[in-house]
Parts: sequence; C-alpha cells; structure tokens
Amino acid sequence: MDDSIVIQTSENQPVAFTQDELGWLPWLHPLPEAELTERHWAGLVDRSRSKSAYFRLLVRDPEVLEARTKTDKDIFYNTANGLPRAERELAAAATSRTNGCIYCASVHSRFATVHSRRSEDVQRLLDEGVGADLGARWNAVVRASVALTATPIAFGQQNIEELRRAGLDDAEIVDVIDSAAFFNWANRLMLSLGEPTTKVGA
Amino acid sequence: MSAETRDIIGLLAGIAPGSSLEAIRERRSQARENAQKSYLALFEPTDFETFGATERHAAAAFVAGVHGEPEVANFYLAGLAKSVDGPALVEALKAEIERGKTSGPYGAFPPGPLSVEDKIGLIYRVAEARKATLGARLAAALEHAHLLVFRPRDATAADLQVLLDAGWPTTAIVTLSQLIAFLAFQVRAVAGLRALGASLAPGKSRG
Repeated sequence: MDDSIVIQTSENQPVAFTQDELGWLPWLHPLPEAELTERHWAGLVDRSRSKSAYFRLLVRDPEVLEARTKTDKDIFYNTANGLPRAERELAAAATSRTNGCIYCASVHSRFATVHSRRSEDVQRLLDEGVGADLGARWNAVVRASVALTATPIAFGQQNIEELRRAGLDDAEIVDVIDSAAFFNWANRLMLSLGEPTTKVGA
Repeated sequence: MSAETRDIIGLLAGIAPGSSLEAIRERRSQARENAQKSYLALFEPTDFETFGATERHAAAAFVAGVHGEPEVANFYLAGLAKSVDGPALVEALKAEIERGKTSGPYGAFPPGPLSVEDKIGLIYRVAEARKATLGARLAAALEHAHLLVFRPRDATAADLQVLLDAGWPTTAIVTLSQLIAFLAFQVRAVAGLRALGASLAPGKSRG
C-alpha cells in the first residue's frame, strides 16, 4: 500500500543556494491528515505542522519526532541565555552549506538575515561558500560549525580558542556546538527523504 | 537528573556532575532532556514494530564507528552484545566499520553552478563475505547509513527503493533515517562538549 517510493518530476529543482523560500517534496508516502491519531498529533507538537508533508512523513514515528522537535526548539528558540539567535541560525546555515542541503540552507540563511540584518554577508556564505570572510566573530562560528560537520569530526581546541577570541563565553560555545550538531541531524533527513523545489507551497 | 538517569550525551562526553559545563547545559535542559528522549525513543521504544533492537544497535554502532568515535561505537556495540543474536554480529560490524572509514562530506550537487564543488569519494558496499552474517536487510541499512553519513547530498529516491526491496517498510525507513541522523547529531554533541570540557579542565590554558 504505502510501501513504494514517490517519483517527483524534478522540474523545479533549485541548483544553487538561495535565501528564497523553497518547497520540499517527499520520496515516501506521508501519513494522510485524516489518518492521524492522538499519538500522531502529540508527535507533531504544533498542530499546524500537519500541513507539512515533511512532518507528516516523520510522524510515522511520532515519539522520535516529538523528542526531535523539542530538542530543536530549545536549541534555536531559547535565547534567554547564550548565543544570539542570528548566530545559531548562522551555524545552521554553515552546516547546511557544508553538507549540501539547499533546502535547509534556504530556511536558516533567511532566519540568519532576519535576525542579523546582514543579508549580504549571509548571501556571501551561500555564494562563495564557508570560506567567505564574514568578520572575526562570524568566521569563528562558521569555522567551528564546518569543523564539527566534517567526518571524522575536526572540531577542537583551535576552534574553541577562536570562538573565545571572538568574544563567545562557554555557554555561547555550547550553543554553537548544539546548533551545528543539530543540523547534522536535520540535513540528513531533508536530503535523504525528499527533494527541494522552487515551487513554493509544495 | 540523578546519576542513574544521566543523559547519554553527558555520560559519553565525560561531563562531571557538578562541573561548570553541567551547569551550562542546565540552561538548555529541554534540549538535553529531549535529546535523551530521542535516544530512548530510538533504542528503548515501547513498540519496536518491524525494526528490532539488534538492528538498531548495529546501525548505531556502525554510524558512530565510521565517524571515528570509538567510545560512542563501543557504547552501542555493548548494547548490541546484550541482544539475542547480537554477539555474532559484533566482529562483522567491527570489520565493516574499518572498511567504511573515510573523510566527508562529499558527493554531487544538482547539475549546475554548484557542480564545481562536486567531490568524489568511497561508495561503500558491505563485503560479500559478510552478507551472510549480517543479512540482506542489515547490509542494506549499513550501506544507507554510510550514504547519509558521508555523502547525504547524493541521496535519491532510488536509495529508498533499495531499502524497500531489502524488506524495510516505509515507517521503518523513517525510523532508520532518524536513527542514522540522530547518531550524526549525538557524536557531534559528544565530541564538541568533550573538547570544551577538556579546555576547562584544571591546569589547562585558557588560550
């Protein structure tokens, strides 16, 4: 029944990194909204997420999705202490740029711009890649994210010292680690369960 | 959290209870608790459905192992050894981890301006000699795990068809994908916190 792949026509596949809004099309069958039970609704956390094919696919394992979503929200939205939101989004964008997730990079580069108002610098990260010179503080965040994204993991004392020189305290460094580590989770789901499309609303 | 229920990331990163790093993590208690709940949902679910504990621990050990994170790999190998048919798999997995180790990420972008950034690398396949021990289903999962760890941008719908053909139903593929991707997060959280903890250890220069 559901155990088949979904072939997308790929007519509108983006071929470059962008801050524009993109859609995402699944390669496996999401659960239809009508089939969602209370267990699934709990897994979605926000009821509005039932409109997203991505979350309706992941909600096939609701307990994992629920825990993942709550991890995500605390790492990125809990700005009571620690790193400013813009730099958490920068870490997510740099990680996505490194792994090659055009969809994730579009969302989080847009957020980085919204929270930093540095659209041109964010665009240079997308266009030139993770070697773009974005100033000492952003360079330190980008380099730490890239080092953490490498396999084997290349993050070490040099990154920590560079982050400290750029003015980050230990709590802010933990936020960089969490943000980059988390996008190594998100990128792999987005890249392997479906594809981006320039057609918004997909 | 009591010592008995310490979160796995804190445990594997060697964060001492009462340390300054533990206090910093307390400020993101929801992230810490839900990373732990993710671990529990993947490895101690109320219902394993069609994806058993043996396969879950084997896939996790492989992901951590090919990352070159032996402490994390050994944690899952120890979990694997506890399952009924686990011990027979440990040696085969150790050998496959060595065969799968390489440097990433690499892979191809959609044809276009990013093609200049395409990087080729190992396309890992389980050794024929070990397929009998691992079974076709687990072998397909390990090959998929290697794809996601090292060259996630190469992933296509055809790779999911391979899993379906190897006996992975759609819902189990979702859980397998989450497990592999979660491990990619977990090993980085552990490595990052361990490095930060080392920089805070008494006697270490603050650079």
